[in-house]
Amino acid sequence: MKILVVEDEPDLRGILVESLEKQQYRVETADNYGQGLEKIISFEYDCILLDVMLPGGSGLDLLRELRAMEKSDRVIIISAKDAIDDKVLGLELGADDYLTKPFHLAELHARVKSVIRRRSEKATTKINIGNLEIDLENRICKVNSKDLNLNRKEFDILEYLSVNKNRLVQRTALAEHVWGDYMDEADDFEFLYSQVKNLRKKMKEAFCNLEVKAVYGLGYRLEINDEVTGE
Amino acid sequence: MKLLNHTLKYLAIILPLIVGIWAALFYFNLVDEVEDSLDDGLDNNKMLIIQQAHSDSTILLNNEFNERNYAIRKIDRDQALSMRDTYSDTLIFVINEQDFEPYRLLKTAFRVQDQYYELQVISSSLEKDDLTEDILYSIIWLYIILLLSVLIINNLVLRKIWSPFYQLLSKIGQFSLDKNPMITSTPTNVKEFKELDERVVRLAEQSAATYSSQKQFLENAAHELQTPLAISINKLELLSEHEDIPQKHLETIGSITNQLQRLTRLNKALLLLTKIENRQFAMQEKVQINPLIRQLVEQFEDLATSKNIQIQLVEVGELVLTAHPDLISILISNLIKNGLVHNISGGQVKVLITEDSFSVSNSAQGAALDPKLIFRRFQKFTSDSQRVGLGLAIVKAICDACNLQVDYSWSNGFHQFSCGLRK
Repeated sequence: MKILVVEDEPDLRGILVESLEKQQYRVETADNYGQGLEKIISFEYDCILLDVMLPGGSGLDLLRELRAMEKSDRVIIISAKDAIDDKVLGLELGADDYLTKPFHLAELHARVKSVIRRRSEKATTKINIGNLEIDLENRICKVNSKDLNLNRKEFDILEYLSVNKNRLVQRTALAEHVWGDYMDEADDFEFLYSQVKNLRKKMKEAFCNLEVKAVYGLGYRLEINDEVTGE
Repeated sequence: MKLLNHTLKYLAIILPLIVGIWAALFYFNLVDEVEDSLDDGLDNNKMLIIQQAHSDSTILLNNEFNERNYAIRKIDRDQALSMRDTYSDTLIFVINEQDFEPYRLLKTAFRVQDQYYELQVISSSLEKDDLTEDILYSIIWLYIILLLSVLIINNLVLRKIWSPFYQLLSKIGQFSLDKNPMITSTPTNVKEFKELDERVVRLAEQSAATYSSQKQFLENAAHELQTPLAISINKLELLSEHEDIPQKHLETIGSITNQLQRLTRLNKALLLLTKIENRQFAMQEKVQINPLIRQLVEQFEDLATSKNIQIQLVEVGELVLTAHPDLISILISNLIKNGLVHNISGGQVKVLITEDSFSVSNSAQGAALDPKLIFRRFQKFTSDSQRVGLGLAIVKAICDACNLQVDYSWSNGFHQFSCGLRK
């Protein structure tokens, strides 16, 4: 999978590259409008992360070029501007998604995965990790082909952690993703802890060989726990 | 009271004084002049009569006025010598009017062949009470006519002259720093108005420039902060993913991340505020409030449960507001969040929707808050360090932008915020 990062801020570009490479993507970069344009014309990418404000031109103009080539569906706009107009315009121009800086890397990965998944030929709507299978379309979880009954929040948490497996998912990222933006100012995460507790219990009872590991003070990480074996 | 009528008010008070004094002076002058000429006439008559008396002694027998205007009687010498010419007013019965009428009387003495006589000459005089009455009526008429003409001049002429002033006044009234258009110049020939106009226009331009540069500064500062914040948070995120980091350091990373996220929230809130005030959410549409509140209440359900707070939603009517859908959603969630955060364990948040407003109330310890202060920025009523203190400021800004009204009240241990169409 090949990803193009068009971002002029070197530090942020570095972070994006490092984080994406960890997930086994091949990453190329462009730091201005001209370079970006050259790369999108010359090469094929599975996903393009596009900053709106670029030296030499607007990311939205690049998006117009991409639309002319019918390639705008793989674009995720990243912008420091939370301007609704930009967002609306970007999405109207065919961009797949819009992320506002600062964002959580976990959220970025979830969005990148979703773009790639939607564009892949046999539209995979299933995630398989360990003995867990998540059917994203029908919102069903199975452990060893047996249904795992989760409520909506638990499903969302597990899905998000699965998309970011083996990565630390910060609890604020999780709270925002599952409960919506309004939760970001929650002064404690009790509501999150109790849902995770229930999720863990259900996974354990189903002999799932995945473990939601807590990283104190930060968040959670979904890891394969080989010690647990099926029935 | 309008400026035009102010002048009228003072004129109405001062004019009777001026006219009154003028009338008094006029009256005394007139009377003086009339008596003067009457006295001259009497004097002349006197001389003619005395002259005639020397040649025609029958005149001396005329001791009653009757049809003549003089009377003569004999007096002794001493009396005559002590007598001087005296003019006086007197009343004499006249037949035609069957009444006493005012007459001017001249008393004098003269001698004809060693015999002394007293002569009284009269002349019909001014009827002073009639004169006074006439003058009084005239000045009342004069007063009324003067006032009427001032009124007419004010309303026709002055109104026209002052019209640039009133135009400017209405422009200033409509002027608002965050709204266009600016105050435009009002053409006028009056020097003072021209000067006023120029200065007001300049003042408005300066204020608008200052205001917009401050807003710009705030917006730019907040924008510029986003990228370094993003880099710092993401770098810490990457750092925390390294496998060889000990738990202790992870905790430190966690607390730094929390602080950075707090900064991000503050920054976002400030950006949102500036954007609302910059009217960047111009779109307005009819928003169904009931389903929106239902959805938001559900979103907060988990948070409420974890805090042991019950959210109670009562829908009395269907509420539809015209506003920006994102803003109204932020407004409601800020109010609900506010109710949850400043609550007590086992407390309640009540949401009530009626046909023309909705309200969010929450149980709390303590007493009523100052309604003048609660909507101010960074006004904190708790020591909770995680709060940025902009939630209610944003609520107020949204209400102002969407032409809604938000009110605070306190009763029976409940803070209540109600929001509806501006009355």
